[in-house]
Amino acid sequence: MQYKSQAVAKPYFIAAIGLFVGQILFGLIMGLQYVIGDFLFPAIPFNVARMVHTNLLIVWLLFGFMGASYFLVPEESETELYSPKLAMITFWVFLVAGALTVLGYLLVPYATLAKFTGNDLLATMGREFLEQPLITKVGIVIVALSFLFNIAMTVLKGRKTAISLVLLLGLLGLAVFFLFSFYNPANLVKDKFYWWWVVHLWVEGVWELILGAILAFVLIKVTGVDREVIEKWLYVIITMTLITGIIGTGHHYYWIGAPEYWQWWGSIFSALEPIPFFMMTVFAFNMVNRRRREHPNKVATLWALGTGVMAFLGAGLWGFLHTLAPINFYTHGTQLTAAHGHMAFYGAYVAVVLTMISYAMPILRGRAANSPKAQVVEMWAFWLMSVSMVFITLFLTGAGIVQIWLQRVSDTPMGFMAVQDQVAIFYWMREGTGVVFLIGLIVYLCSFFVKSESKVAA
Amino acid sequence: MSTTFTKSMARNIFYGGSVFFFLLFIALTVDTTYALPKRDNSQNLTPSVERGKKVWEVNNCIGCHTLLGEGAYFAPELGNVYVRRGPEFIKAWIKAQPTGAPGRRQMPNFHLTDEELDDLVNFLKYTSEINTNKWPPNIEG
Repeated sequence: MQYKSQAVAKPYFIAAIGLFVGQILFGLIMGLQYVIGDFLFPAIPFNVARMVHTNLLIVWLLFGFMGASYFLVPEESETELYSPKLAMITFWVFLVAGALTVLGYLLVPYATLAKFTGNDLLATMGREFLEQPLITKVGIVIVALSFLFNIAMTVLKGRKTAISLVLLLGLLGLAVFFLFSFYNPANLVKDKFYWWWVVHLWVEGVWELILGAILAFVLIKVTGVDREVIEKWLYVIITMTLITGIIGTGHHYYWIGAPEYWQWWGSIFSALEPIPFFMMTVFAFNMVNRRRREHPNKVATLWALGTGVMAFLGAGLWGFLHTLAPINFYTHGTQLTAAHGHMAFYGAYVAVVLTMISYAMPILRGRAANSPKAQVVEMWAFWLMSVSMVFITLFLTGAGIVQIWLQRVSDTPMGFMAVQDQVAIFYWMREGTGVVFLIGLIVYLCSFFVKSESKVAA
Repeated sequence: MSTTFTKSMARNIFYGGSVFFFLLFIALTVDTTYALPKRDNSQNLTPSVERGKKVWEVNNCIGCHTLLGEGAYFAPELGNVYVRRGPEFIKAWIKAQPTGAPGRRQMPNFHLTDEELDDLVNFLKYTSEINTNKWPPNIEG
């Protein structure tokens, strides 16, 4: 560790992994409810499990981004963190608020939760991914601001690199666009229109800046390739991200009441959204091939390459599959959307956070890299999780295609529930591969506890 | 990439390109805002519809259903349910939950009052009249 204050990243990473485990467990519950409808009913209805599944994902990725920032920024800025103490206060506030929110989802009926958390004051709840009670949303803003302040002050007092500036810009965008979660007009079309300013402009916009910055940082470290080269790539990639992704928001505006011209804007620009992901893959492989050093942390390099490939497949290819308006007319809101969502989130964001953890955690624990044995275990985890995610995606795609055919394309369309019965086999296979994913995650956890017989010198 | 294309050129293209396309997005948003009143059925946005939207939200209906194709994919699309099923069926259905049929997907009972049920149905009626460019492809949603 070059700077003492980088140590604050460690609790963030541990919390992220812990919440990740929770997310997967609830994912398995939901997967089973798809085929055994009354599983755990009424204790955990599907909507509650889903809220926990998606909200835990968002929160643990945010923990991951914050931990990554606290590790990366001191090193990039060549100075200690502005306030490690503030970073730790933010950590506990965020963790406690997150835990209380999840407990609220699980223990109290949602309507009661809404009543007691000020939803009558300002109604923001009950919208997909933005289910958090008002007080949690306010808490998220406070945490984001104090985090941003801490990171910005560190960048300002030290060296300013392209990586830290891009990261800062991404984090600023994250905070700013979250503010639209407080705007919930009675007009459903406007509600949905601006809801995407949080959801789309996060995951297909500013989060990709954060992703790019983290990936670039790790690639500089593990390959030793000249910073000028890597940062130039970073700028080109995020340029493509934003010029395709911002107008690409239009691919959500086809069928929600917005004007028809969005079908053109959305189709054309979002059809280009795979380009930055493709470039990211080429970039990662290129840098690793041109490496100037053999970094002992092989598994971090594997994760970095995996981020490129899985993000391209999940976000790029599976996004492109159904982004053109004439196709989306039939696929909108089916299991195909779920298929894309799973691999895109895994490939782009889960993988990049795990890349950073893989690189940083050994250093935080006082060594350049884990023992070869521990790395092999972690590589197993990488392959188990990545391959099972590919199959989860394929099975959901199968379910989606059959669903689209029977319910939307056919001359004698079947009802929703009748179609669900027809595709049950795909849901069973998805649940099976979900269990493999969990095994991969358990192997991943184990990799942190593999005793090293020969420590690599730090 | 060749050495004639420098990092500062890449950076300038990034800032210029992002600002340009964000401004274009704002311009399209402004145009959309002006175009919406003809499409979004806002003339029928009564107090009852507004209350109905809140009933929809505080019971997290989006956690299982889709509305205009957005939400969870566990239960049927409700953007056009008013047309598909009609008001009385919707109310009777909600009151009859959960079915308790073994192995079948269960919808909780939300203990809605008659007024809340009416508001919710009015909200679903208003939603079904939004101009969605003819989506969904058929009545099944």
